[in-house]
Amino acid sequence: MSVNVTNGRVGGSPAGARANGSGALGKADFQSSSETRWCPGCGDYAILATLQEVLAEQGTAPERVAFVSGIGCAGRFPYYMNTYGVHGVHGRAPAFATGLALTREDLQVWVIGGDGDMLSIGANHLLHALRRDIPIKIVLFNNQIYGLTKGQISPTSEVGKITKSTPFGSLDIPFQPLSLALGAEASFVARTIDRDRKHLASVLQAAATHPGAAFVEVYQNCPVFNDGAYAALTDKDSREANLIRLEHGAPICVGRERERGVMRGPDGDLVLADVSDVGEGALLVHDAHRPDPSLAFALSRLAAGPTEPTPVGVFRKVARPSARLGFEREAAAAREGFGVRELDELLHAGDTWTVG
Amino acid sequence: MKQIHEREQVVVRFAGDSGDGMQVVGGRFTEATAVLGNDLATLPNFPGEIRAPAGTIAGVSSFQIHFAARDIATPGDAPNVLVAMNPAALRANVDELDRGATIIVNEDAFSTRNLDKAGYQANPLEDGSLDGFSVKRVPITSLAQRAVQEMDGVSTRDAIRSKNMFTLGLLCWLYDRPVDVTERWISAKFAKRSSALQANLAAFRAGWNFGETTELIDTRYRVPAAADLPAGTYRNVNGTIATVLGLVAASVRSGLDLLLCSYPITPASELLHEMARLERSGVRTLQAEDEIAAINIALGAAFGGSLGVTATSGPGADLMSETLGLAVALELPLVVIDVQRAGPSTGMPTRTEQSDLLMAMYGRHGESPVPIVAASTPAQCFEAAIDAVRIAVRYRTPVVLLEDLFLANSSEPWRIPVAGDLPTIEPMFETEPPKDGPFEPYVRDASGARPWVRPGTPGLAHRIGGLEKSRSGEISYEAGNHAVMTAERAAKVAGIEVPPLAVDADEGAELLVVGWGSSHGALRAGVRRVRARGKRIAFAHLDHINPLPPNAGEVLGRYSRVLVVEMNSGQLARLLRAEFALDIESHAKVQGQPLLAAEVERALMERL
Repeated sequence: MSVNVTNGRVGGSPAGARANGSGALGKADFQSSSETRWCPGCGDYAILATLQEVLAEQGTAPERVAFVSGIGCAGRFPYYMNTYGVHGVHGRAPAFATGLALTREDLQVWVIGGDGDMLSIGANHLLHALRRDIPIKIVLFNNQIYGLTKGQISPTSEVGKITKSTPFGSLDIPFQPLSLALGAEASFVARTIDRDRKHLASVLQAAATHPGAAFVEVYQNCPVFNDGAYAALTDKDSREANLIRLEHGAPICVGRERERGVMRGPDGDLVLADVSDVGEGALLVHDAHRPDPSLAFALSRLAAGPTEPTPVGVFRKVARPSARLGFEREAAAAREGFGVRELDELLHAGDTWTVG
Repeated sequence: MKQIHEREQVVVRFAGDSGDGMQVVGGRFTEATAVLGNDLATLPNFPGEIRAPAGTIAGVSSFQIHFAARDIATPGDAPNVLVAMNPAALRANVDELDRGATIIVNEDAFSTRNLDKAGYQANPLEDGSLDGFSVKRVPITSLAQRAVQEMDGVSTRDAIRSKNMFTLGLLCWLYDRPVDVTERWISAKFAKRSSALQANLAAFRAGWNFGETTELIDTRYRVPAAADLPAGTYRNVNGTIATVLGLVAASVRSGLDLLLCSYPITPASELLHEMARLERSGVRTLQAEDEIAAINIALGAAFGGSLGVTATSGPGADLMSETLGLAVALELPLVVIDVQRAGPSTGMPTRTEQSDLLMAMYGRHGESPVPIVAASTPAQCFEAAIDAVRIAVRYRTPVVLLEDLFLANSSEPWRIPVAGDLPTIEPMFETEPPKDGPFEPYVRDASGARPWVRPGTPGLAHRIGGLEKSRSGEISYEAGNHAVMTAERAAKVAGIEVPPLAVDADEGAELLVVGWGSSHGALRAGVRRVRARGKRIAFAHLDHINPLPPNAGEVLGRYSRVLVVEMNSGQLARLLRAEFALDIESHAKVQGQPLLAAEVERALMERL
């Protein structure tokens, strides 16, 4: 019953023609005609532009890509992509995308949402989409605040945060989104930051090619309601001391001269140490493919918040033999062979009798 | 040789403890009855608890079957025969019997302890309280045990459990039911456990032979095959199976892949179970993390070009209302099945009701019209499911299919249609980009439906969402646009083609009785009884609530009195009054129990 869709570099809008006139896809092929309406200086602009570039680079035709979002500033994202898109209800994008991705293996499905959308009202769906390893790419725009409703605390706001809904300071401990994703058995977990376009692009690229559910947290600055939340990681004079760039197979270290690094402490905890004290050999070598997620979990909790040395990059990327995939293939084959004759058989199943 | 009396119809109720296997006995007796060619209707009744304490009233499970030599409409009112496997089963059911009814009791279970648990001060078999009934005391447990005790490898547990097969054997003898159907079933069911197979077969035959030899029961009854059923091949279906088959048929006849995504909830879980069994026949199911996810996953599948379906009951339907509103805005095909149960809140999960009608109609914020199809009988759920899909696909809209616990669990014979004769449903996907200008997702066809595009189609990439849109698909807060879009969504639903309302009317009838949903059977039977008493009456049943059939107002206006009978506090009556400004009377029943023909008869006679 399924319809074959032509793969490759044909199609798009307008049909057949590429925005730059050549056969290759460009960023413009992924830009919709809708006017982008985020606040000036919003980190979302950088993410939008970078993802458009990544998709063009990847070469998948725009009509083979779908974006699904919920409610919040980030929820507008699909409108700005010249792909298929749905702007759904608050928090439910991972569920909606699950239905789409499960029935349309031929599409590349992305989910976009903020920390309120995906960690508060929709946290349950996020966890289950990750647990099921549905082939969707989830990008969490984490700005640690509610933007669209004008500045209330989010599940990632720090304790003591003063907002209109918490005039005496927030009392609640924030989520660590990556810890949450790892606890939900996610097979791909990464973090990046809006101000570092190159890093952002590399992480989104890695997510795009992951066969299962990919979870990417993007530290995204809200210039209106929470400006500077990530200043320690983006300001010229502090970022090199604080951005721990994870690279698979390389020792985990930080600093302009890579002078500090992550190692196991005496009781097994991960600690930051001066390389001059412990020697480079003592540093932990990052292994994103470790089957056991415990070390990635420990890394996700190295910093209490983005104000101190914080790892970014791909924390975990494992291939999981998917029981679902085999089952889906069998089911697809069964569907192909199920027509009127098979329906007649099904209607007559069990004990029957004839009258007249 | 015992004498055989002929009966036109009989109502039997099997009642016992949850662990006594009464649903199995009822189900097997039903199959034997169906194969014999009787018309029939059944009604299982489960306890609210999974395993209530054994022997208590709370733990009583029952199964009623009405079978007849003619067309019948309901599972029957008062049973002619009650089988009571223990004192609690007797106590829970005896009040519903008419004097003169037969009670077959398992006398082995009438111990002091069991009498205590059922709340009997004295043994009702001894104290004369059952004098008005014909009581047959059969030591069922010990007779069944005796029948199997000598067999190799049969445990005491298997021996005790086989008492339900003994009971089945006895009842099959009493009503002259074929034995081969049951023996075949036992052989298949216990094919891998030969000791259990032998024990159950032996107990079943012992029950039959006991009837043949005992002096306790001297009369057998025969209910001949029904002569007035239309010719064809039949099978027995409950509303759950009929719905599942209808959805699969709609999938085949539309060429759309089917995804049913649900979250377990009584009494809708069975829909998920039955559909999941067909996963190797080309359908797909998913058990979601909650009802909100279930409807979103189904809607996501619909966006992808599949047939998205979700099934739930009242509390789950509450949770789905937000996304149902999204589906109204997205204008995508979606079928939401609400198997209604008694509310509010958790209410009575194992009791039936029709009280979600106004929620289906109005239970969303904003102006968000949703078509409503209501299934009327267990077998009719097949057509109702196909019709819900037809409307969803043709008009690109979510559709609520209202069923209820009674329909889901009751069964009746179903004349199996020929698959190739079933209506086709054309998905009519948009596949070509417009020749001039960009693709506009909210441009409508003559029926008011917008284009449905499978993602992946070149040149038609577009974005839709819950925010109000202009025709071109752009977000729009413009006042005039909102008014137009609101009116167009409403007009689309109002203009859905549904068949005219048929009226079964006596010449000169002044009273029209109107029903909807599962009360169809009780209304049909009640109307028949009133006619048998020489009264004139008209009867109409609504299978479509939104939109109403085009002639509904005209039909209702034709009669000087209109009575709506339903299992809620008068929700349809309220809708019809509002729609037609007519003085409509309401007969409402909100007890969690199906309507009875006798109640309908009474309500009608009071007005005739």
